[in-house]
Amino acid sequence: MATATAPAKRKRELPWPITFYRSAVGKKWVMAISGVVGLGFVVVHMIGNLKLYLSREEINLYGEALREFPKHLLPRTVFLWITRVVLVLALAVHVHAAASLTRMNARARPRNQQYQSPRDYQVANYASRTMRWTGIIVLLFIGFHLLDLTWGGGGADFERGDAYNNLVRSFDRPLVAAVYVVANLALGVHLFHGVWSMFQSLGVNNPRINKARKRFAQSVAAIIVIGNISFPIAVQAGWVDEACVGTEHGEPCEPSGLKF
Amino acid sequence: MTGKTLTLRLKVWRQDGPRAAGRFEEYDLPGISVDMSFLEMLDVLNERLNADGHEPVAFEHDCREGICGSCSLMINGMAHGPQKGTATCQLHMRHYRDGDEIVIEPWRSSAFPIIKDLVVDRAPFDAIIQAGGYISAPAGSAPDANSVPIPKEASDSAMDAAQCIGCGACVAACPNGAANLFTSAKLAHLNLLPQGQAERYSRTVAMVDTMEDHFGSCTNHGECEAACPKEISIDFIALMNRDYVKAQLFNRRLAGQRR
Repeated sequence: MATATAPAKRKRELPWPITFYRSAVGKKWVMAISGVVGLGFVVVHMIGNLKLYLSREEINLYGEALREFPKHLLPRTVFLWITRVVLVLALAVHVHAAASLTRMNARARPRNQQYQSPRDYQVANYASRTMRWTGIIVLLFIGFHLLDLTWGGGGADFERGDAYNNLVRSFDRPLVAAVYVVANLALGVHLFHGVWSMFQSLGVNNPRINKARKRFAQSVAAIIVIGNISFPIAVQAGWVDEACVGTEHGEPCEPSGLKF
Repeated sequence: MTGKTLTLRLKVWRQDGPRAAGRFEEYDLPGISVDMSFLEMLDVLNERLNADGHEPVAFEHDCREGICGSCSLMINGMAHGPQKGTATCQLHMRHYRDGDEIVIEPWRSSAFPIIKDLVVDRAPFDAIIQAGGYISAPAGSAPDANSVPIPKEASDSAMDAAQCIGCGACVAACPNGAANLFTSAKLAHLNLLPQGQAERYSRTVAMVDTMEDHFGSCTNHGECEAACPKEISIDFIALMNRDYVKAQLFNRRLAGQRR
Protein backbone atom coordinates (compact mmCIF):
# COMPACT_ATOMS: atom_id res chain seq x y z
CA MET A 1 0.00 0.00 0.00
CA ALA A 2 1.34 3.27 -0.98
CA THR A 3 1.63 5.70 1.83
CA ALA A 4 1.47 9.32 1.02
CA THR A 5 4.14 11.20 2.83
CA ALA A 6 3.16 14.65 3.92
CA PRO A 7 5.50 17.25 2.52
CA ALA A 8 8.15 17.97 5.12
CA LYS A 9 7.14 21.03 7.05
CA ARG A 10 9.47 23.84 6.20
CA LYS A 11 11.58 25.08 9.02
CA ARG A 12 10.07 28.26 10.33
CA GLU A 13 11.96 31.15 8.91
CA LEU A 14 13.15 33.88 11.22
CA PRO A 15 12.05 37.41 10.36
CA TRP A 16 14.26 38.72 7.58
CA PRO A 17 16.04 41.45 9.55
CA ILE A 18 17.31 38.80 11.98
CA THR A 19 18.34 36.36 9.23
CA PHE A 20 20.09 39.21 7.47
CA TYR A 21 21.89 40.48 10.58
CA ARG A 22 23.02 36.96 11.45
CA SER A 23 25.19 36.83 8.35
CA ALA A 24 28.58 38.54 8.30
CA VAL A 25 27.79 40.27 4.99
CA GLY A 26 24.58 41.57 6.60
CA LYS A 27 26.48 42.75 9.67
CA LYS A 28 28.94 44.63 7.49
CA TRP A 29 26.00 46.26 5.68
CA VAL A 30 24.53 47.29 9.03
CA MET A 31 27.95 48.61 10.10
CA ALA A 32 28.14 50.66 6.92
CA ILE A 33 24.65 52.13 7.39
CA SER A 34 25.22 52.89 11.09
CA GLY A 35 28.62 54.29 10.08
CA VAL A 36 26.91 56.66 7.65
CA VAL A 37 24.63 57.81 10.50
CA GLY A 38 27.66 58.38 12.71
CA LEU A 39 29.54 60.12 9.92
CA GLY A 40 26.59 62.45 9.31
CA PHE A 41 26.57 63.31 13.00
CA VAL A 42 30.32 63.94 13.14
CA VAL A 43 30.20 66.24 10.10
CA VAL A 44 27.26 68.30 11.44
CA HIS A 45 28.82 68.42 14.91
CA MET A 46 32.11 69.72 13.56
CA ILE A 47 30.48 72.36 11.34
CA GLY A 48 28.20 73.51 14.16
CA ASN A 49 31.12 73.87 16.53
CA LEU A 50 32.87 76.22 14.12
CA LYS A 51 30.45 78.79 15.51
CA LEU A 52 32.85 78.88 18.45
CA TYR A 53 34.92 81.18 16.26
CA LEU A 54 32.03 83.63 15.72
CA SER A 55 31.04 84.44 19.28
CA ARG A 56 29.66 83.06 22.51
CA GLU A 57 26.18 84.26 21.52
CA GLU A 58 26.35 82.53 18.13
CA ILE A 59 27.32 79.11 19.43
CA ASN A 60 24.93 79.26 22.38
CA LEU A 61 22.08 80.29 20.09
CA TYR A 62 23.06 77.41 17.81
CA GLY A 63 22.78 75.05 20.78
CA GLU A 64 19.35 76.45 21.57
CA ALA A 65 18.32 76.14 17.93
CA LEU A 66 19.16 72.41 18.06
CA ARG A 67 16.75 72.04 20.99
CA GLU A 68 14.03 74.01 19.20
CA PHE A 69 14.42 72.41 15.77
CA PRO A 70 12.10 72.25 13.81
CA LYS A 71 10.59 75.19 15.70
CA HIS A 72 6.80 75.05 15.78
CA LEU A 73 6.37 71.73 14.04
CA LEU A 74 7.28 69.70 17.12
CA PRO A 75 7.48 70.50 20.83
CA ARG A 76 10.89 71.65 22.07
CA THR A 77 13.65 68.95 22.20
CA VAL A 78 11.44 66.24 20.66
CA PHE A 79 13.44 66.17 17.45
CA LEU A 80 16.68 66.37 19.44
CA TRP A 81 15.69 63.30 21.44
CA ILE A 82 14.66 61.37 18.33
CA THR A 83 18.09 62.14 16.89
CA ARG A 84 19.78 61.04 20.10
CA VAL A 85 17.91 57.74 20.14
CA VAL A 86 18.82 57.07 16.51
CA LEU A 87 22.47 57.88 17.21
CA VAL A 88 22.63 55.66 20.29
CA LEU A 89 20.98 52.78 18.40
CA ALA A 90 23.38 53.25 15.47
CA LEU A 91 26.35 53.25 17.84
CA ALA A 92 25.08 50.20 19.71
CA VAL A 93 24.53 48.14 16.57
CA HIS A 94 27.87 49.29 15.09
CA VAL A 95 29.74 48.17 18.20
CA HIS A 96 27.80 44.90 18.49
CA ALA A 97 28.43 43.98 14.86
CA ALA A 98 32.13 44.86 15.21
CA ALA A 99 32.51 42.75 18.35
CA SER A 100 30.69 39.80 16.84
CA LEU A 101 32.67 39.91 13.57
CA THR A 102 35.92 40.21 15.53
CA ARG A 103 35.05 37.01 17.38
CA MET A 104 34.19 35.30 14.09
CA ASN A 105 37.53 36.36 12.60
CA ALA A 106 39.42 35.21 15.67
CA ARG A 107 37.84 31.78 15.22
CA ALA A 108 38.86 31.71 11.55
CA ARG A 109 42.49 32.55 12.34
CA PRO A 110 43.09 31.44 15.94
CA ARG A 111 46.40 31.80 17.75
CA ASN A 112 47.61 28.31 16.82
CA GLN A 113 46.98 29.09 13.14
CA GLN A 114 49.08 32.26 12.97
CA TYR A 115 52.02 32.38 10.60
CA GLN A 116 55.25 31.53 12.34
CA SER A 117 57.46 33.34 9.87
CA PRO A 118 57.68 37.12 9.73
CA ARG A 119 54.72 38.16 7.65
CA ASP A 120 54.45 41.55 6.02
CA TYR A 121 51.19 43.11 4.89
CA GLN A 122 51.14 43.95 1.20
CA VAL A 123 48.41 46.55 0.99
CA ALA A 124 46.56 46.60 4.33
CA ASN A 125 47.30 49.97 5.87
CA TYR A 126 47.70 51.19 9.42
CA ALA A 127 44.09 52.40 9.49
CA SER A 128 42.55 49.13 8.33
CA ARG A 129 44.60 47.08 10.80
CA THR A 130 43.80 49.29 13.80
CA MET A 131 40.04 49.71 13.28
CA ARG A 132 39.12 47.93 16.49
CA TRP A 133 41.59 49.97 18.57
CA THR A 134 40.68 53.34 17.06
CA GLY A 135 37.05 52.29 17.47
CA ILE A 136 37.54 51.55 21.17
CA ILE A 137 39.36 54.87 21.67
CA VAL A 138 36.50 56.73 19.98
CA LEU A 139 33.91 54.80 22.05
CA LEU A 140 35.65 55.67 25.34
CA PHE A 141 36.02 59.22 24.15
CA ILE A 142 32.28 59.52 23.39
CA GLY A 143 31.61 58.56 27.03
CA PHE A 144 34.07 61.12 28.35
CA HIS A 145 32.89 63.81 25.94
CA LEU A 146 29.23 63.38 26.97
CA LEU A 147 30.20 63.48 30.63
CA ASP A 148 32.37 66.54 30.07
CA LEU A 149 30.23 68.76 27.85
CA THR A 150 26.69 67.36 27.90
CA TRP A 151 26.12 66.24 31.49
CA GLY A 152 28.75 68.48 33.06
CA GLY A 153 30.54 65.86 35.12
CA GLY A 154 33.93 66.29 33.52
CA GLY A 155 35.48 68.31 36.34
CA ALA A 156 35.32 71.76 34.77
CA ASP A 157 32.83 74.45 35.84
CA PHE A 158 29.68 73.63 33.92
CA GLU A 159 26.67 75.78 33.24
CA ARG A 160 23.79 74.24 31.32
CA GLY A 161 23.12 76.10 28.09
CA ASP A 162 26.41 78.03 28.02
CA ALA A 163 28.17 75.80 25.51
CA TYR A 164 30.79 78.45 24.80
CA ASN A 165 32.13 78.82 28.33
CA ASN A 166 31.75 75.13 29.13
CA LEU A 167 33.89 74.30 26.14
CA VAL A 168 36.52 76.94 26.86
CA ARG A 169 36.77 76.00 30.55
CA SER A 170 37.15 72.33 29.63
CA PHE A 171 39.76 72.88 26.91
CA ASP A 172 41.74 75.25 29.15
CA ARG A 173 43.02 72.14 30.94
CA PRO A 174 46.04 70.95 28.92
CA LEU A 175 45.48 67.28 29.70
CA VAL A 176 41.86 67.42 28.57
CA ALA A 177 42.85 69.32 25.44
CA ALA A 178 45.39 66.57 24.71
CA VAL A 179 42.71 63.90 25.20
CA TYR A 180 40.48 65.65 22.66
CA VAL A 181 43.30 65.91 20.14
CA VAL A 182 44.34 62.26 20.50
CA ALA A 183 40.75 60.99 20.34
CA ASN A 184 40.04 62.98 17.21
CA LEU A 185 43.19 61.70 15.54
CA ALA A 186 41.94 58.19 16.30
CA LEU A 187 38.56 59.15 14.85
CA GLY A 188 40.31 60.40 11.71
CA VAL A 189 42.19 57.12 11.29
CA HIS A 190 38.93 55.20 11.86
CA LEU A 191 37.13 57.29 9.23
CA PHE A 192 40.03 56.97 6.78
CA HIS A 193 39.40 53.23 6.47
CA GLY A 194 35.73 53.20 7.48
CA VAL A 195 34.46 55.65 4.90
CA TRP A 196 36.18 53.78 2.05
CA SER A 197 35.23 50.39 3.44
CA MET A 198 31.58 51.45 3.69
CA PHE A 199 31.33 51.65 -0.11
CA GLN A 200 32.55 48.05 -0.45
CA SER A 201 30.24 46.74 2.26
CA LEU A 202 27.24 48.44 0.66
CA GLY A 203 28.34 47.17 -2.74
CA VAL A 204 28.74 50.69 -4.12
CA ASN A 205 31.35 49.87 -6.71
CA ASN A 206 31.61 51.37 -10.13
CA PRO A 207 34.70 52.05 -12.24
CA ARG A 208 33.60 55.65 -12.54
CA ILE A 209 33.67 56.28 -8.80
CA ASN A 210 36.16 53.73 -7.48
CA LYS A 211 39.12 56.13 -7.45
CA ALA A 212 36.97 58.87 -5.94
CA ARG A 213 35.95 56.58 -3.04
CA LYS A 214 39.43 56.63 -1.51
CA ARG A 215 39.88 60.35 -2.11
CA PHE A 216 36.49 61.01 -0.52
CA ALA A 217 37.50 58.98 2.56
CA GLN A 218 40.81 60.84 2.85
CA SER A 219 39.14 64.24 2.50
CA VAL A 220 36.43 63.44 5.04
CA ALA A 221 38.98 62.19 7.56
CA ALA A 222 41.21 65.23 7.04
CA ILE A 223 38.41 67.78 7.28
CA ILE A 224 36.95 66.21 10.43
CA VAL A 225 40.32 65.96 12.16
CA ILE A 226 41.44 69.49 11.25
CA GLY A 227 38.10 71.01 12.28
CA ASN A 228 37.80 69.13 15.55
CA ILE A 229 41.35 69.44 16.84
CA SER A 230 41.35 73.16 16.03
CA PHE A 231 39.00 73.78 19.00
CA PRO A 232 41.24 72.55 21.85
CA ILE A 233 44.28 74.00 20.08
CA ALA A 234 42.60 77.40 19.71
CA VAL A 235 41.71 77.45 23.41
CA GLN A 236 45.17 76.31 24.48
CA ALA A 237 46.79 78.92 22.22
CA GLY A 238 44.64 81.62 23.77
CA TRP A 239 42.86 82.51 20.54
CA VAL A 240 39.52 81.79 22.17
CA ASP A 241 39.02 83.03 25.75
CA GLU A 242 36.42 82.48 28.39
CA ALA A 243 33.73 85.13 28.08
CA CYS A 244 31.73 87.08 30.66
CA VAL A 245 33.05 85.42 33.82
CA GLY A 246 30.66 86.07 36.68
CA THR A 247 27.72 87.23 34.58
CA GLU A 248 24.69 85.03 34.49
CA HIS A 249 23.63 83.34 31.35
CA GLY A 250 21.49 85.58 29.20
CA GLU A 251 22.85 88.87 30.55
CA PRO A 252 24.46 91.31 28.18
CA CYS A 253 27.93 90.23 27.36
CA GLU A 254 30.94 91.70 25.61
CA PRO A 255 31.45 90.34 22.11
CA SER A 256 33.80 87.43 22.28
CA GLY A 257 35.22 85.06 19.75
CA LEU A 258 38.30 84.61 17.64
CA LYS A 259 41.12 86.92 18.74
CA PHE A 260 44.60 87.15 17.32
CA MET B 1 70.27 27.39 -19.73
CA THR B 2 72.45 29.96 -18.08
CA GLY B 3 74.24 27.43 -15.92
CA LYS B 4 74.20 29.79 -12.96
CA THR B 5 73.46 28.09 -9.66
CA LEU B 6 72.41 29.24 -6.21
CA THR B 7 72.99 27.99 -2.72
CA LEU B 8 69.89 28.51 -0.61
CA ARG B 9 68.99 28.11 3.03
CA LEU B 10 65.45 26.80 3.38
CA LYS B 11 63.33 26.91 6.53
CA VAL B 12 60.47 24.53 5.86
CA TRP B 13 57.43 23.78 8.03
CA ARG B 14 57.37 20.06 8.84
CA GLN B 15 54.35 18.48 10.46
CA ASP B 16 53.87 14.72 10.58
CA GLY B 17 50.08 14.77 10.58
CA PRO B 18 46.95 16.82 11.31
CA ARG B 19 47.30 16.48 15.05
CA ALA B 20 51.08 16.48 15.33
CA ALA B 21 52.94 19.55 16.51
CA GLY B 22 54.80 21.19 13.65
CA ARG B 23 58.26 22.71 13.55
CA PHE B 24 60.58 24.46 11.16
CA GLU B 25 63.44 22.46 9.74
CA GLU B 26 66.42 24.05 8.06
CA TYR B 27 68.06 22.71 4.91
CA ASP B 28 71.11 23.98 3.06
CA LEU B 29 70.50 23.50 -0.62
CA PRO B 30 73.42 24.08 -3.00
CA GLY B 31 73.39 23.75 -6.77
CA ILE B 32 69.96 25.21 -7.54
CA SER B 33 69.71 26.40 -11.13
CA VAL B 34 68.20 29.85 -11.62
CA ASP B 35 66.08 28.35 -14.41
CA MET B 36 64.21 26.07 -12.04
CA SER B 37 60.73 26.85 -10.84
CA PHE B 38 60.11 27.04 -7.12
CA LEU B 39 58.49 23.59 -7.15
CA GLU B 40 61.41 22.09 -9.08
CA MET B 41 63.68 23.48 -6.37
CA LEU B 42 61.54 21.60 -3.82
CA ASP B 43 61.76 18.47 -6.04
CA VAL B 44 65.54 18.71 -5.81
CA LEU B 45 65.29 19.08 -2.03
CA ASN B 46 63.07 15.98 -1.86
CA GLU B 47 65.35 13.90 -4.06
CA ARG B 48 68.25 14.70 -1.78
CA LEU B 49 66.15 13.97 1.32
CA ASN B 50 65.12 10.64 -0.25
CA ALA B 51 68.70 9.79 -1.13
CA ASP B 52 69.73 10.47 2.47
CA GLY B 53 66.91 8.26 3.75
CA HIS B 54 64.81 11.11 5.13
CA GLU B 55 61.09 11.73 4.69
CA PRO B 56 60.53 14.11 1.76
CA VAL B 57 58.60 17.34 2.25
CA ALA B 58 54.92 16.93 1.34
CA PHE B 59 53.60 19.75 -0.83
CA GLU B 60 50.71 19.95 -3.27
CA HIS B 61 51.25 20.44 -7.00
CA ASP B 62 49.67 19.27 -10.20
CA CYS B 63 49.63 21.13 -13.52
CA ARG B 64 52.68 23.31 -12.82
CA GLU B 65 51.42 25.83 -15.35
CA GLY B 66 49.39 28.08 -13.11
CA ILE B 67 45.90 26.84 -13.87
CA CYS B 68 45.04 24.09 -11.40
CA GLY B 69 45.30 25.87 -8.07
CA SER B 70 47.02 22.96 -6.31
CA CYS B 71 50.22 24.67 -5.24
CA SER B 72 49.82 26.62 -2.08
CA LEU B 73 52.89 27.90 -0.31
CA MET B 74 53.43 30.86 1.98
CA ILE B 75 56.89 31.96 0.89
CA ASN B 76 58.65 34.45 3.15
CA GLY B 77 55.27 35.54 4.49
CA MET B 78 53.72 36.06 1.06
CA ALA B 79 51.14 33.76 -0.50
CA HIS B 80 52.67 32.26 -3.70
CA GLY B 81 55.83 34.27 -3.07
CA PRO B 82 56.92 37.77 -3.99
CA GLN B 83 55.99 37.81 -7.68
CA LYS B 84 52.62 39.40 -8.37
CA GLY B 85 49.97 37.54 -10.36
CA THR B 86 51.62 34.11 -10.35
CA ALA B 87 51.09 30.86 -8.51
CA THR B 88 54.04 29.20 -6.78
CA CYS B 89 54.65 26.91 -9.77
CA GLN B 90 55.23 29.92 -12.01
CA LEU B 91 57.70 31.52 -9.63
CA HIS B 92 61.25 30.98 -10.79
CA MET B 93 64.48 30.82 -8.85
CA ARG B 94 66.01 33.65 -10.89
CA HIS B 95 64.16 35.97 -8.48
CA TYR B 96 66.43 34.78 -5.66
CA ARG B 97 70.02 35.54 -4.90
CA ASP B 98 72.81 33.26 -3.82
CA GLY B 99 72.68 32.73 -0.05
CA ASP B 100 69.04 33.77 0.39
CA GLU B 101 67.06 32.30 3.26
CA ILE B 102 63.57 31.21 2.20
CA VAL B 103 60.90 30.44 4.78
CA ILE B 104 58.15 28.12 3.51
CA GLU B 105 54.89 27.61 5.41
CA PRO B 106 51.51 26.10 4.59
CA TRP B 107 48.33 28.20 4.30
CA ARG B 108 47.08 28.86 7.81
CA SER B 109 43.39 29.11 8.63
CA SER B 110 41.12 27.08 10.85
CA ALA B 111 39.11 26.24 7.71
CA PHE B 112 42.25 24.75 6.08
CA PRO B 113 43.66 22.21 8.57
CA ILE B 114 47.16 20.98 7.82
CA ILE B 115 47.21 17.39 6.55
CA LYS B 116 50.97 17.04 6.40
CA ASP B 117 53.93 19.42 6.11
CA LEU B 118 52.83 22.01 3.54
CA VAL B 119 49.60 20.29 2.45
CA VAL B 120 46.30 21.67 3.72
CA ASP B 121 42.73 20.45 3.35
CA ARG B 122 40.78 22.96 1.27
CA ALA B 123 37.49 21.02 1.41
CA PRO B 124 35.43 24.04 2.63
CA PHE B 125 35.95 25.53 -0.85
CA ASP B 126 34.23 22.46 -2.28
CA ALA B 127 31.36 22.97 0.17
CA ILE B 128 30.90 26.53 -1.11
CA ILE B 129 30.84 25.33 -4.73
CA GLN B 130 28.40 22.54 -3.86
CA ALA B 131 26.08 25.09 -2.29
CA GLY B 132 25.51 26.96 -5.55
CA GLY B 133 28.46 27.02 -7.93
CA TYR B 134 26.47 25.54 -10.80
CA ILE B 135 23.47 26.26 -12.98
CA SER B 136 20.47 23.92 -13.07
CA ALA B 137 20.02 23.68 -16.82
CA PRO B 138 18.44 20.89 -18.84
CA ALA B 139 21.52 18.96 -19.93
CA GLY B 140 20.52 17.97 -23.45
CA SER B 141 22.88 18.04 -26.34
CA ALA B 142 25.40 20.85 -26.51
CA PRO B 143 23.72 24.12 -27.50
CA ASP B 144 24.84 25.99 -30.57
CA ALA B 145 27.58 28.49 -29.95
CA ASN B 146 26.30 32.05 -29.59
CA SER B 147 22.69 30.94 -29.26
CA VAL B 148 22.51 33.00 -26.09
CA PRO B 149 23.63 36.56 -26.78
CA ILE B 150 25.95 37.88 -24.07
CA PRO B 151 27.18 41.47 -23.96
CA LYS B 152 30.94 41.71 -24.41
CA GLU B 153 31.40 43.60 -21.11
CA ALA B 154 29.45 40.97 -19.17
CA SER B 155 31.39 38.09 -20.68
CA ASP B 156 34.72 39.88 -20.07
CA SER B 157 33.82 40.46 -16.44
CA ALA B 158 32.57 36.92 -15.97
CA MET B 159 35.77 35.56 -17.50
CA ASP B 160 37.87 37.73 -15.18
CA ALA B 161 36.04 36.16 -12.24
CA ALA B 162 36.22 32.68 -13.77
CA GLN B 163 40.00 32.89 -13.72
CA CYS B 164 39.87 31.93 -10.04
CA ILE B 165 41.73 28.63 -9.66
CA GLY B 166 40.56 28.08 -6.07
CA CYS B 167 44.07 27.93 -4.64
CA GLY B 168 43.13 29.60 -1.36
CA ALA B 169 45.78 32.33 -1.43
CA CYS B 170 43.03 34.86 -0.60
CA VAL B 171 42.21 33.01 2.63
CA ALA B 172 45.90 32.53 3.39
CA ALA B 173 46.66 36.23 2.96
CA CYS B 174 43.55 37.56 4.71
CA PRO B 175 44.26 38.63 8.30
CA ASN B 176 40.71 37.43 9.10
CA GLY B 177 40.94 34.13 7.24
CA ALA B 178 38.00 35.21 5.05
CA ALA B 179 37.12 33.58 1.73
CA ASN B 180 35.15 36.48 0.30
CA LEU B 181 37.35 36.87 -2.78
CA PHE B 182 37.03 33.19 -3.71
CA THR B 183 33.27 33.09 -3.12
CA SER B 184 32.63 36.40 -4.88
CA ALA B 185 34.61 35.26 -7.93
CA LYS B 186 32.72 31.97 -8.09
CA LEU B 187 29.43 33.85 -7.75
CA ALA B 188 30.30 36.54 -10.28
CA HIS B 189 31.27 34.16 -13.06
CA LEU B 190 27.76 32.68 -12.97
CA ASN B 191 25.79 35.73 -11.81
CA LEU B 192 27.06 37.93 -14.64
CA LEU B 193 25.94 35.57 -17.41
CA PRO B 194 22.41 35.02 -18.73
CA GLN B 195 22.49 31.32 -17.82
CA GLY B 196 23.13 32.24 -14.19
CA GLN B 197 20.23 34.65 -13.77
CA ALA B 198 17.49 32.17 -12.87
CA GLU B 199 19.23 31.13 -9.67
CA ARG B 200 21.18 34.34 -9.07
CA TYR B 201 19.83 35.29 -5.65
CA SER B 202 19.28 31.83 -4.19
CA ARG B 203 22.81 30.94 -5.30
CA THR B 204 24.22 34.06 -3.66
CA VAL B 205 22.54 33.35 -0.32
CA ALA B 206 23.47 29.65 -0.37
CA MET B 207 27.14 30.22 -1.19
CA VAL B 208 27.62 33.17 1.19
CA ASP B 209 25.94 31.31 4.07
CA THR B 210 28.11 28.24 3.45
CA MET B 211 31.21 30.42 3.27
CA GLU B 212 30.39 31.98 6.62
CA ASP B 213 30.07 28.56 8.24
CA HIS B 214 33.80 28.05 7.67
CA PHE B 215 35.62 31.32 7.19
CA GLY B 216 36.10 34.75 8.73
CA SER B 217 34.57 38.00 7.56
CA CYS B 218 35.81 40.71 5.22
CA THR B 219 37.22 43.94 6.63
CA ASN B 220 38.31 45.33 3.26
CA HIS B 221 42.06 45.20 3.83
CA GLY B 222 42.62 44.20 0.21
CA GLU B 223 45.32 41.62 1.07
CA CYS B 224 43.47 38.92 -0.93
CA GLU B 225 43.57 40.93 -4.14
CA ALA B 226 47.32 41.53 -3.67
CA ALA B 227 47.97 37.82 -3.09
CA CYS B 228 45.71 36.41 -5.81
CA PRO B 229 47.74 34.66 -8.55
CA LYS B 230 44.98 35.56 -10.99
CA GLU B 231 44.74 39.16 -9.74
CA ILE B 232 41.01 38.93 -9.17
CA SER B 233 39.61 42.28 -8.07
CA ILE B 234 37.85 42.98 -4.78
CA ASP B 235 35.25 44.71 -6.94
CA PHE B 236 33.69 41.24 -7.10
CA ILE B 237 33.33 41.27 -3.31
CA ALA B 238 31.31 44.48 -3.60
CA LEU B 239 29.13 42.80 -6.24
CA MET B 240 28.59 39.82 -3.95
CA ASN B 241 27.68 42.11 -1.04
CA ARG B 242 25.18 43.95 -3.23
CA ASP B 243 23.57 40.74 -4.49
CA TYR B 244 23.40 39.29 -0.98
CA VAL B 245 21.67 42.41 0.38
CA LYS B 246 19.24 42.39 -2.55
CA ALA B 247 18.58 38.70 -2.01
CA GLN B 248 17.81 39.16 1.68
CA LEU B 249 15.89 42.43 1.58
CA PHE B 250 13.66 42.06 -1.44
CA ASN B 251 10.82 39.69 -2.12
CA ARG B 252 12.11 37.02 -4.43
CA ARG B 253 8.98 34.88 -4.39
CA LEU B 254 7.81 36.42 -7.64
CA ALA B 255 11.04 35.38 -9.33
CA GLY B 256 10.71 31.88 -7.93
CA GLN B 257 13.86 32.34 -5.88
CA ARG B 258 12.41 32.31 -2.40
CA ARG B 259 14.10 29.65 -0.35
